[in-house]
Amino acid sequence: MFRQLEGSQAIAETVAMCRPEVICAYPITPQTHIVEGLATLVKNGTLSPCEYINVESEFAAMSVAIGASAAGARAYTATASQGILFMAEAVYNASGLGLPIVMTVGNRAIGAPINIWNDHTDSMSMRDAGWIQLYAETNQEAADLHILAFRLAEEISLPVMVCVDGFILTHAFERVDMPTQEQIDSYLPPYAPRQLLDVDEPVTIGAMVGPEAYTEVRYLAHHRQMDALELIPRLSAEFRETFGRDSGGLLHTYRTEDAETVVVSLGSVNGTIKDVIDEFRDEGVRIGAISICSFRPFPMESLRVALAGVRRVVTVEKSLAIGLGGNVAPEVREALAGMGISVATIIAGLGGRAITRSSLRGVFRDAVEERLPPLTFLDLDLDLVHRQLERERADRRSGPAAESMLKDLGAVASRVG
Amino acid sequence: MKKPFAITLDVGSSLANKTGSWRTERPMYVDRLPPCNASCPSGENIQRWLFLAEEGDYEGAWREIMVNNPLPAIMGRVCYHPCEGGCNRAQLDHPVGIHAVERFLGDEAIRRGWRVEVGSPPTGKRVLIVGAGPSGLSCAYHLARMGHGVTILEAGPMAGGMMRFAIPKYRLPREIVDAEIQRIVEMGVEIRLNQKVTDLEATRREGGYDAVFLAVGAHIAKRAYLPAGDATKILDALSLLREAERGEQVLLGRRVLIYGGGNTALDAARSAKRLGAAETIVVYRRTRERMPAHDEEVREALDEGVMFRWLTTIKGEQGGSFQVEKMALDGEGRPQPTGEFDTIEADALVLALGQDVDLSFLGSVPGLAVEDGVVRVGRDMMTGCRGVFAGGDMVPAERTVTVAVGHGKKAARNIDAFLSDTTYTAPEKHELATFDRINTWYYADAPRTMQVTLERARRESTFEEVVQGLEESNALFEARRCLSCGNCFECDNCFGVCPDNAISKLGRHNRYGINYDYCKGCGLCAAECPCGAIRMEPEST
Amino acid sequence: MEAATNGQTVGPARVRFYQTGTFTVGNRLLDVSVQSVQSDPRRNNSLNSGHRACQGCGEALGARYALDAAMRATKNRIVVANATGCLEVFSTPYPESSWRVPWLHSLFGNAPAVATGIAAALKVKGKDDVRVVAQGGDGGTVDIGFGCLSGMFERNDDVLYICYDNEAYMNTGVQRSSATPAGAKTNTTPGVGEEPGNVFGQGKSVPLIAMAHGIPYVATASVADLRDLEYKVQKAMGLHGARYIHVHVPCPLGWGSAPSDTIRVARLAIESGLFPVFEAEWGEVTGRRRIRDLVPAQAYLEAQGRFRHLFGKHPDTRRIAWIQDIANRNIRRFGLLDEGVQS
Ligand SMILES: Cc1ncc(C[n+]2csc(CCOP(=O)(O)OP(=O)(O)O)c2C)c(N)n1
Ligand code: SF4
Ligand SMILES: [Mg+2]
Repeated sequence: MFRQLEGSQAIAETVAMCRPEVICAYPITPQTHIVEGLATLVKNGTLSPCEYINVESEFAAMSVAIGASAAGARAYTATASQGILFMAEAVYNASGLGLPIVMTVGNRAIGAPINIWNDHTDSMSMRDAGWIQLYAETNQEAADLHILAFRLAEEISLPVMVCVDGFILTHAFERVDMPTQEQIDSYLPPYAPRQLLDVDEPVTIGAMVGPEAYTEVRYLAHHRQMDALELIPRLSAEFRETFGRDSGGLLHTYRTEDAETVVVSLGSVNGTIKDVIDEFRDEGVRIGAISICSFRPFPMESLRVALAGVRRVVTVEKSLAIGLGGNVAPEVREALAGMGISVATIIAGLGGRAITRSSLRGVFRDAVEERLPPLTFLDLDLDLVHRQLERERADRRSGPAAESMLKDLGAVASRVG
Repeated sequence: MKKPFAITLDVGSSLANKTGSWRTERPMYVDRLPPCNASCPSGENIQRWLFLAEEGDYEGAWREIMVNNPLPAIMGRVCYHPCEGGCNRAQLDHPVGIHAVERFLGDEAIRRGWRVEVGSPPTGKRVLIVGAGPSGLSCAYHLARMGHGVTILEAGPMAGGMMRFAIPKYRLPREIVDAEIQRIVEMGVEIRLNQKVTDLEATRREGGYDAVFLAVGAHIAKRAYLPAGDATKILDALSLLREAERGEQVLLGRRVLIYGGGNTALDAARSAKRLGAAETIVVYRRTRERMPAHDEEVREALDEGVMFRWLTTIKGEQGGSFQVEKMALDGEGRPQPTGEFDTIEADALVLALGQDVDLSFLGSVPGLAVEDGVVRVGRDMMTGCRGVFAGGDMVPAERTVTVAVGHGKKAARNIDAFLSDTTYTAPEKHELATFDRINTWYYADAPRTMQVTLERARRESTFEEVVQGLEESNALFEARRCLSCGNCFECDNCFGVCPDNAISKLGRHNRYGINYDYCKGCGLCAAECPCGAIRMEPEST
Repeated sequence: MEAATNGQTVGPARVRFYQTGTFTVGNRLLDVSVQSVQSDPRRNNSLNSGHRACQGCGEALGARYALDAAMRATKNRIVVANATGCLEVFSTPYPESSWRVPWLHSLFGNAPAVATGIAAALKVKGKDDVRVVAQGGDGGTVDIGFGCLSGMFERNDDVLYICYDNEAYMNTGVQRSSATPAGAKTNTTPGVGEEPGNVFGQGKSVPLIAMAHGIPYVATASVADLRDLEYKVQKAMGLHGARYIHVHVPCPLGWGSAPSDTIRVARLAIESGLFPVFEAEWGEVTGRRRIRDLVPAQAYLEAQGRFRHLFGKHPDTRRIAWIQDIANRNIRRFGLLDEGVQS
């Protein structure tokens, strides 16, 4: 049934229909509407049985989820930005223990400077934490990926992060085809844990492992993610059968058939990119787009297949590996090694900066015309940067950079949350 | 793979890790010698029978006493309990009232008619015992248990010796003496009364005895020369006690002096009171501290109104008036005359100056040696004459019932060995369980139970028993005050405090076992053992 | 079990038993119904042999005491969440486990939250009979896990949290925690300089802070008083909601005490007043363990190497007196010498 819904509400209602048994909530913008929505659904009895726990921190949120999952409950939480860093230790721990927790990340920048707006720095910081990371392109997919996530997590006993662009998706009202409870129930069987804290069959979970087996344990986690590369397409196909639409998969391709240039991105920005692609195609430029849904496990093989015959790739990335460049581009490069395809990086949309069609058009054109440098910061105000550098050169005690630059711009720091 | 690799483990598998290899010291259970046992002249295993009594197993406890001492009801009354003097609990609050529990057990045995079976098959050997006092009875009992035939020849009209003729009834009721002797008789020991042995060699030969135990005691009163008229009655303490025992009317008058400072002096003084003397005065040449009589007796005598004149000697008598000289202790604590004189009026004087042994019947015994009026014996209690053993008051030792009973046991063991042409070697003594080995923390405060005593009015006029026995609950309480020094009493401390679960319980009375696979040798069990029954020993490498 | 009637009498049923009182682990003369869990040959041995705790480790002992008691109280239906620390490390080096209970170790600072999650799962699953115990060292509890602990308390989650307080970060090699006592030497409060050892006037009492949450039950206990400890665990398992027991467990390695002295040292801590043993219900102290045999603080200090710098040729009388003052204050504050209080 199609409904006009806020992204967060669609996610909350879908998650609720996945029958999580323990939900841990700690507020952070832009995740709040999701956990608020769930709070109402639990409180009014729509989602039952379910323990909704108002924890005292994200670290506790993930820890409660760990305990709940190990004790046999389907566990869910949501966070963003500072929250995911605050829970970082537990994020690694959940995957290390192989607990199929599902977490929504309402993608948001990380401070300092503190910033509530969207980019991917937060989830990128956890890309090697052992979790499966799925990035949603639309609100429809944001909702749907949660169903897939629970199924996937529990099947391979690994936690899954569903990354949803903050505000752009979480706070946007869109038409969403909401699944029915029956559909979800037929797709997602009850949680059958692989390991369980059971008084009748006591086990020790979380033992200390030294050099003699640590590598093997790690390798196994990797092996499982490699399995997921096969499982995700299969589960996505099943999803299509049950729900009648495409969601998930390892990656989505758009007009890449005969493309010489392909833009690779993660998440909602692909919508804008596709618009720009259409414009170029109208002009006869052979350009296409790929959005990676499964960033972990990274779909090396699928990328190679999808990009065979392409001349150049441009990644549009919402996070910056400071001191290196992009996070996505190096991985794409590795996937395409030996194929003679150049890869350039565009860092865009940091801290919520709008990624406009015209800006994208400019850089794509540069790419097509072989003028794009390996690393580009979209719409970077270099003058502002230079003036600050100048101030710093002039005065050792130049003060906090962020504040000086805002002052320079004549802007006032916006409300942060 | 049912469970995730490595991060999930089945329980219990650390048993594969044998931490015993870390050990540099190993705990060992030991039995140390409790000080009560160490100081018991009869060699009772007091701690052990208290252990059984603690459980309410009174018969078991009694039988444990009977291993060493056939006269618990008597000893519980008359023994001066050196065990309590050694008792470690004295350093906490008061010593355990061992004698009171022993008496309770002895009385319980009489009340319930518990008897002892001869444990061994008859050996066919026959032993003659001369004298049916505590030493002779004890020896007879032990020999009988070993299967030997025993005949006791007793000069007097009744068995019991000094227990009957020297210890007054108010301390030792006669039905108790009768009952305990009867039990020995029922084991097949023959006691022939009124059979004074005059020539031991002859008696031995005629009876065809394989060995002899002499236990005639010391019952000839020592006399002192005192110039005296006839106006006053002068008699010795033993005669007084003997006459009182026979129920004879003893006319002592209003005021009686007792001369001497031993237990017999006090028995005489207290008996004189009961025989009608209005005033009894014990005259002694040293001080109270130096008096050989047991302090408890002095206290009871004082309670009963007996008076004392310390540092005084009697020089003579004239017309019902005794001339006395004051003494002073010299540097070595010996009394020395001061030349100061005084007089005390009295109607009678009882001499309690000690007793000698009647050695007349030993004249023809070859090799038998006498020294200082007593018979010389070896460590095995044998006299200079092969096969002739002696014990009790007639050999050099402290003259108490307890020592006598101990002699009887020791002699019996040696006689038994002699009869089978071997030598008896006593088992090696365990290391003493000294107070510093006790972890006193674990013992709750529990002051000693006082035994009820007869009210004073009745004590002054009758020979009723002065000190009453314990009730069952009190006896149990008293037994449970025992610290069980040096001997495991199964408190589970070691089992509990081992951080490595290396100790297991082996079941009631079987104590504990140590699993050296896991014991790391931390020593907590030894440190926390309340009674010091665990020793840490260096691990041999 | 003695009821807390006047806010004075409390504590385990002290069987007045003259030979060894109830101070020993067991007593062959006692009826099984009043025997301690530890004296039972069929006790669970929740922490099994073969663990790698140091010789005489108080924490290993305390953990077995507490968990065995919890097992008995629940008819063997507990699940345990464990913080990182010695207890976790010495019990589960791969591929061995010493745990004879369902047991989960997640992180250093999150055991209370993990336990909350387990409790929540059990509740949704309708497993009302299965109970949750969380445990950790002092560092994991009063420092890094403190936020999670407070959260768990505040929500009144159905968890019994047991802190094994050995007064420092032992697993990492003896560093100061906020439970390290004044004057104690650790490797981050070395015994050198003008004022060697841990700074005076710092630290906190987590039992009192726990009480401030108004939770159903808070207690302190010690490996030196098994009966009291078992009574408290049993009592705690009879209640629902957040419960906290803080157990004093000497660490021979970190305290510089003899392995065989572990219980003696713990006893001296109680008997000097330096470790007050009490219990509280709904934020109010309802019972305290009376000092049985008062000893000066010095007796406790001298048994341990970590206070050695206070003694020697020139004893630091000022700071020894200061520590005695701390003991005196505890005695006053908790009424540790009051008449009518059970010992
Ligand atoms: C987040 C984090 N910080 C630090 C550590 C290192 N660490 C492991 S155990 C430990 C000490 C534990 O101390 P405590 O909780 O008192 O337990 P104990 O070892 O003393 O029993 C420390 C600091 C860690 N594992 N995790
Ligand atoms: S360091 Fe201390 S707490 Fe850790 S195992 Fe050793 S004794 Fe136990
Ligand atoms: Mg610690």
